[in-house]
Amino acid sequence: MKKYFVLGLFLFISSFLYYSCKKIMPVAPKTDEVLDGPVEDLNAAQKIQFLKGDAEFNDKVFTSENGLGPLFVATSCGSCHAGDGKGHPFTTLTRFGQKDSTGNKFMDKGGPQLQNRALPGYTPEKIPGGASSAKFTPPANTGLGFLELVSDSDLLSMADPEDLDGDGISGVPNWKVLASYLTPGPNSISRNGKYIHRFGKKAAAFSLLHQTVNAYNQDMGITSFFEPKDVLSGLVIDPEVSTHTVNNVVFYLQTLKAPLQRDPQNSEVQNGKNIFISIGCENCHRESLKTGNSTVAALSNKVFHPYTDLLLHDMGNDLDDSYTEGNAKTGEWRTPPLWGLGLSPISQGGQFFLLHDGRAKSIKEAILFHGGEGKKSKEKFQSLSQSEINDLLRFLNSL
Amino acid sequence: MGLAFFHASAQLDTTTMGQPSDTSLKKLNMDAVYSRPFLSLGKMPVAIGGYLEANTRYENTNGISEGFSFQFRRMTIFLSSTIAKKIRFLSEIEFEDGAKEINLEYSAINLELNPLLNLQGGIILNPIGGFNQNHDGPRWDFIDRPLSAVTILPATLSNVGIGFHGKYFIKDWVLGYETYLTNGFGEKIISNAQNRTSLQAGKSNPGKFEESQSGLPMFTGKVALRNRKVGEAGFSYMNGVYNQWRKDGLVVENKRELKVFSVDFNSSFLNNKISVNSEVVKVLVEIPETYSQIFGKEQLGFFVDLTGTVFQGQVFGWEKAKFNLALRFNYVDYNVGKFKETGGNISDHVWGFVPGVAFRPVGSSVFRINYSFSQSTDLLGNPPSKTGTIQVGISSYF
Repeated sequence: MKKYFVLGLFLFISSFLYYSCKKIMPVAPKTDEVLDGPVEDLNAAQKIQFLKGDAEFNDKVFTSENGLGPLFVATSCGSCHAGDGKGHPFTTLTRFGQKDSTGNKFMDKGGPQLQNRALPGYTPEKIPGGASSAKFTPPANTGLGFLELVSDSDLLSMADPEDLDGDGISGVPNWKVLASYLTPGPNSISRNGKYIHRFGKKAAAFSLLHQTVNAYNQDMGITSFFEPKDVLSGLVIDPEVSTHTVNNVVFYLQTLKAPLQRDPQNSEVQNGKNIFISIGCENCHRESLKTGNSTVAALSNKVFHPYTDLLLHDMGNDLDDSYTEGNAKTGEWRTPPLWGLGLSPISQGGQFFLLHDGRAKSIKEAILFHGGEGKKSKEKFQSLSQSEINDLLRFLNSL
Repeated sequence: MGLAFFHASAQLDTTTMGQPSDTSLKKLNMDAVYSRPFLSLGKMPVAIGGYLEANTRYENTNGISEGFSFQFRRMTIFLSSTIAKKIRFLSEIEFEDGAKEINLEYSAINLELNPLLNLQGGIILNPIGGFNQNHDGPRWDFIDRPLSAVTILPATLSNVGIGFHGKYFIKDWVLGYETYLTNGFGEKIISNAQNRTSLQAGKSNPGKFEESQSGLPMFTGKVALRNRKVGEAGFSYMNGVYNQWRKDGLVVENKRELKVFSVDFNSSFLNNKISVNSEVVKVLVEIPETYSQIFGKEQLGFFVDLTGTVFQGQVFGWEKAKFNLALRFNYVDYNVGKFKETGGNISDHVWGFVPGVAFRPVGSSVFRINYSFSQSTDLLGNPPSKTGTIQVGISSYF
């Protein structure tokens, strides 16, 4: 009798586990609660390339054996962009060099980026005397493919360098000479041999290829066919990452989905959005942009909602770090996309570290740091009732 | 005589083997390698034994699963012989994941000079923690090894070296010690694909059996005390330089040390129907200040296994079959410390639990069903990823 009891109990437990798999297994978070994942409608070949890029970006760890450093900031792409979100003060990097548009005079002294970490036996860099510097918190990666496909003419249509409309907001592109390995896109516009750059805190990167190659080299000390100079010696060395890998990572960044707004129909969220527009935030944080043609159908000719104009704006003395890149002035920063803002804490250790260097610990604090072209909107924010502020913050957190 | 002893042990051990362990036996974790079933044929001077482990696995992390797999975890073969009076030989060859990894985990010669003073040399198990010494799959009611015993203490940790061990008996008490000098770890402790401090990565140096990367011996020592009525407690310590600080006679960097402390405890109650097995480990690793804080200077982990026999008797002709319920708690913190930039705690920790059921037709064989849940928090303390795993497996000595 006992043996049948034992056998029955064993079979019961086995069956229970088998049939309760769905009940006892962790469930996936909602797609609007996470930043990672591909855009919809990729075909099979594109999904495979996305996954290859994902593995290189999030799983590949560089060590002394496969090219790390010897001077570096991070050991992998993913360590600065947890869950493809914004970075943390631990992963914040420092750029140093010039105060004007005459170019970086410290390139032979480790510029433009401080490699503050080093393999054992090596000495990390220090900011050389006479150089100005600024800290940059790594941005979120999501939706970058959409931003890359906005035409230069659309960006120029939002620019108002002379503030001809008198709203106190100018907005200028960062015109720079292309790196030697880059080629202009079909929607690029040239002016005096320079092209509009749009990625990075100072809009100093032309494209996701440019951004990726720089990050491999300056963040991890990894050389490529595109950027073959070792960060320590300055000598050209063999590529430590293949062009194929770089292309996969670029494709991964291009095809990460855009952040999804949560609860957009909520009345408080909608009221907050109206306030956001009425106090002038939307003049720089443009709600909607559109992409041009792309070989990836999922990205081609789409209207999307990043809340940025990808232009440089003067943000006032409080945010002037006396360092710049390209044509940007020291107090000018590229309008950061606000999509995904409410999800920042899921990649920043449960806290907010906002603005270019993470100095703002809340959305409200970030708003109150606005000066220069953002001063009028800040003052209007300060005059809002508590209820209106709550609705505005609810809206921003929904992004 | 020695070989005969093995035979006698084998017959005894197969009937008492497995959970719960019998604390009335005067055996310590350090005796585990010799407390295995062996078989000898005729007058062959060599006895042979081994065990295998295989299981199914269905794993899901944050709702995403790669599906169902069968896994052949390992097959281990033991060879032993008594070379002469008081001189014994034992080796353990392990085939992991089929033949993906083939390791000589243990191969040592023992000379008994005195019960208190035995000389052992060859490839030995570093006596750090209890699980590393007593790691055979069929002994446990859990399919996976404890997290801290694998990812912090890298079981099975063995290395080439030499040392002494011995035991002293007084009434209900047994006092044992082990002390060895071996080759150490390598630079991979802080330069690895895991992107964290990892003794597991550090032990993977393929040349470790012929050359010490640091050029200095590593010390491992353990003291264990067992009382027949209470159980066994052990304290172990390991210390050595792990980096190649000198190359071709040139000193290229400072020596970097690691220190490992471990306390283990096991006991059983109610006529051995309930047992507890636990281990705490702390690792301290010297890391250059200018290297990344991703690599922690301190690690901490523990596990507690609780096992209870709910049925014991004759089943399908097996006279002493057992039906056990088991529960394990796991915790590991791979990076104990604070960020220089914010002063906030560095996370990078995992906790989890594993309930399971096990059927032991005989002491040396076990059929197991485990459900494992774990929650992993990354370095920055972001929302944890949750993993659930269902496993059904078998493990048996042969």
